[in-house]
Amino acid sequence: MKFGIIVFPGSNCDHDCYHMVKHVLGKPASFIWHKEEDLSGLDVVLLPGGFSYGDYLRAGAIARFSPVMKSVGKFAEEGGLVLGICNGFQILLEAGLLPGTMLRNRSLKFICKDVHLRVDNINTPFTLDYFENQIIKMPIAHAEGNYYADEETLTKLQKNNQIVFRYSGTDGRITDDVNPNGAAGNIAGICNEQGNVLGMMPHPERCGEKILGGRDGYTIFESIVHYSEKILNKR
Amino acid sequence: MNDLIKQHNLTEEEYQRIIKILGREPGIVELGIFSVMWSEHCSYKSSRVHLKKFPTTGPRVLQGPGENAGAIDIGDGLAAVFKMESHNHPSFIEPYQGAATGVGGILRDIFTMGARPVALLDSLRFGELSLPNNKHLVSGVVSGIAGYGNCMGIPTVGGEIYFDEIYNKNNLVNVFALGIVKKDRIFKGVATGVGNPVIYVGSKTGRDGIHGATMASDVFDDSSEAKRPTVQVGDPFTEKLLLEACLEVMNADLIVGIQDMGAAGLTSSSCEMAGRAGTGLDLHTDRVPTRETGMTPYEIMLSESQERMLIVTEKGKEAEVIGIFTKWDLDAVTIGEVTDTKRVRIFERGVLVADIPADALTDEAPLYNRPVAPPPYLEILRDIDVENIPVPSDLNKVLLTLLSSPSIASKEWVYSQYDHMVRTDTIVLPGSDAAVIRIKGTNKAIAMTTDCNSRYCFSDPFLGAAIAVAEAARNIVCGGGEPAAITDCLNFGNPEKPEIMWQFQEAVEGISAVCRKFNIPVISGNVSLYNETNDISIYPTPVIGMAGIIEDVSKRMTQYFKKEGDIIFLIGVNREELGMSEYLKEIHYKIRGVPPQLDLDLEKKVQDLCLLGIKEGIVKSAHDTSEGGLAVTLAECSLTAEGKNKGAEIELNDDIRADALLFGETQSRIIITVDKANAARIRNMASDMNVPMTLIGKVGGESLIVRHNSKELINIAVQEMSDAWRNAIPRQLGE
Repeated sequence: MKFGIIVFPGSNCDHDCYHMVKHVLGKPASFIWHKEEDLSGLDVVLLPGGFSYGDYLRAGAIARFSPVMKSVGKFAEEGGLVLGICNGFQILLEAGLLPGTMLRNRSLKFICKDVHLRVDNINTPFTLDYFENQIIKMPIAHAEGNYYADEETLTKLQKNNQIVFRYSGTDGRITDDVNPNGAAGNIAGICNEQGNVLGMMPHPERCGEKILGGRDGYTIFESIVHYSEKILNKR
Repeated sequence: MNDLIKQHNLTEEEYQRIIKILGREPGIVELGIFSVMWSEHCSYKSSRVHLKKFPTTGPRVLQGPGENAGAIDIGDGLAAVFKMESHNHPSFIEPYQGAATGVGGILRDIFTMGARPVALLDSLRFGELSLPNNKHLVSGVVSGIAGYGNCMGIPTVGGEIYFDEIYNKNNLVNVFALGIVKKDRIFKGVATGVGNPVIYVGSKTGRDGIHGATMASDVFDDSSEAKRPTVQVGDPFTEKLLLEACLEVMNADLIVGIQDMGAAGLTSSSCEMAGRAGTGLDLHTDRVPTRETGMTPYEIMLSESQERMLIVTEKGKEAEVIGIFTKWDLDAVTIGEVTDTKRVRIFERGVLVADIPADALTDEAPLYNRPVAPPPYLEILRDIDVENIPVPSDLNKVLLTLLSSPSIASKEWVYSQYDHMVRTDTIVLPGSDAAVIRIKGTNKAIAMTTDCNSRYCFSDPFLGAAIAVAEAARNIVCGGGEPAAITDCLNFGNPEKPEIMWQFQEAVEGISAVCRKFNIPVISGNVSLYNETNDISIYPTPVIGMAGIIEDVSKRMTQYFKKEGDIIFLIGVNREELGMSEYLKEIHYKIRGVPPQLDLDLEKKVQDLCLLGIKEGIVKSAHDTSEGGLAVTLAECSLTAEGKNKGAEIELNDDIRADALLFGETQSRIIITVDKANAARIRNMASDMNVPMTLIGKVGGESLIVRHNSKELINIAVQEMSDAWRNAIPRQLGE
């Protein structure tokens, strides 16, 4: 199985994702320049964090027009796995591959720190190795992570079990005081209805090795591998 | 004419020198070029004679001072390239952009050398946090640093921040950056090869920052805010593109020489490249990409627009270079060529508008050996009658007050706004003595720190600067690193005053003395003078940025207590020293006395024992004592992230008055913890190495308890300390 990492001009977690996949997970990975359109041969597309186009306007607002995004849309439609992390999540929202939008953090500041998440849906290709309602620790690093969607969308997300990660206390409670950025419903990550597109603000690639203080992020990449192997076995 | 000379911040004597060099009166473009190149900021005319005293060589040194940044060999075929630079004046006038472009400038210095920047640290000084304007400056500077560094994807992993009223009208923003490069792939700012094309790359040139370097070479008064147009505006996204494009061009072997356009823009980059190579340059300003029409050659040569570079490539390779920059959507235009004239000649539509010998601007810049004299206030300042300072009855309250003083309090409010984890190399996060990043593909890590106690330097600049180097080394050791080299950022007042030059001279000698003793070379640095407003100068603030090498990444160290029952040792000795301490200032409102003494032999031994203990895997935590003394150091060991706070019980038996024991800032002390089973081993090591070390207590409980000859001096719940320490800065900022 092969991972493709999309490189926008201002991506800055592209190398971190590459390191995670190639050297920690031990799977093939390649960089895809945002002006390319060919995603053939890939099983997973990663949209890494960063400031795709400087994000002076609104994070991800310009990146969605990059030539590669049309191909990413098609790739997702055909069932390929797409994982957008941080700025990648923002781009998926702007591109309409996931519902909702991002507002500035309610503190109006960039926030970089470890937070706790509750895994609310383990029936996605990205989370099947977690256990139900597992509490995990992962860093966030963003200025625009305040997820917003109208009531109707939020209800739908809830009903379809599309909310994958929520900011939580270490005991799993979902309260305002453990919400770092003001996100609606403490939402940290959501998937599409089919479950093959995941967007998340926290950075799993930053916590895949013990030396970095934890391995909770590794499980996402491991899940992807296990899911893909299962699919292959079925075939 | 006299007005014009004055406007350019040139003296009559300097103007006569220009006439002598040119053999005629200068034209306006030439006058502009001389004024920036001979500004204090670019020419180091007051400081050069002193800077020569620094030891700059050593077995690891690949590049000493004089290039865009210094470089050391870190093994595995790699070099660490680092430097620190100030952006004080612009950050006071316009805090966000001033600080942001400070980050941008130092990063360009690093990647100009071919190195990918991997870490940033910031050393900041502000006035009292209670004043509204200082809140504005702190918020602006911190978000400016965040805005630039975060977008570039370079982690800001550490630094320091101090608050003192002396910085009310002159804040200091010093930025340290470090990059990694293969040691045989270091690039230099030289314009060699007659006939080689000179290519301008990056952002277009605008009218921002004209005379920024001149502004930074002058004192402030109440009208300084009107100087805002001299501050540049940063665009980190363009810089990110410039970084990637430059590294790609370097990888493709297309570079003869490369230099960033920082202070004094196109003028300094072209003059320095020609000056270093002993060649000349012909440049055509009408070919320079500009943001607006109608810019004059004067404006183009003096603009300090950001995110620009000058590249010399081999003739015939222009198209390849330009192709790579085009891929990254950046301008790249051939604007001139290397000549053998040894002159920098500027043409505008074919008309010669400036013609200056290249070395006149660099090597032959004025050099001043300005008069020095110790300031008259020293005798009064150093005099202190400790006998008349009462020992407070409630020492718990003193400790809590110190923990909540902004200079000592937790800096989480600051560093949580910086992306300190991007690149996934940060293995000791901000908040410990030294920040540590691993070097992927090796088993190595690099520890970094910035240090300076400027109050010490005010009372004794030699000793204060010496302590800054010693403390930096101690911090590196506490992180598990072997001190390797330093960069410095020397922030002082107006050099035309003899007492300021005396401070400068003393500080340089203090730094040199410790560097020689510890074999730590100075590989790069920066001088910022004229940090003075309405005749009030800042404290002398020679900030030291140090990098150290950790050969085995698993042997990195943090300051936090690790486990209940671990034994706590103090390496070093306690002395009764209260002069210039944070305690005297915060509790007794006194800024008096002399800094603590520094015994270099003892310092070296203390560090050697600590480092050996870490390398042997015995030491589980290490924290040096600095501002706030032993009590604050112990409290900081107790306060770890995420509610894992651990108390400790301490028993001290020194015959010293209680406040000096708890809060005195005696140097050369490190608090370590070891597993009970290893206590004998570390003791044997200490006695073998003849290093004083005392068992002072053990980790455990919910409180920090300190007894002195069995009398309880401190007993505070760790949670209470934590609240005071963590919330102090947000509370003062009204958040």
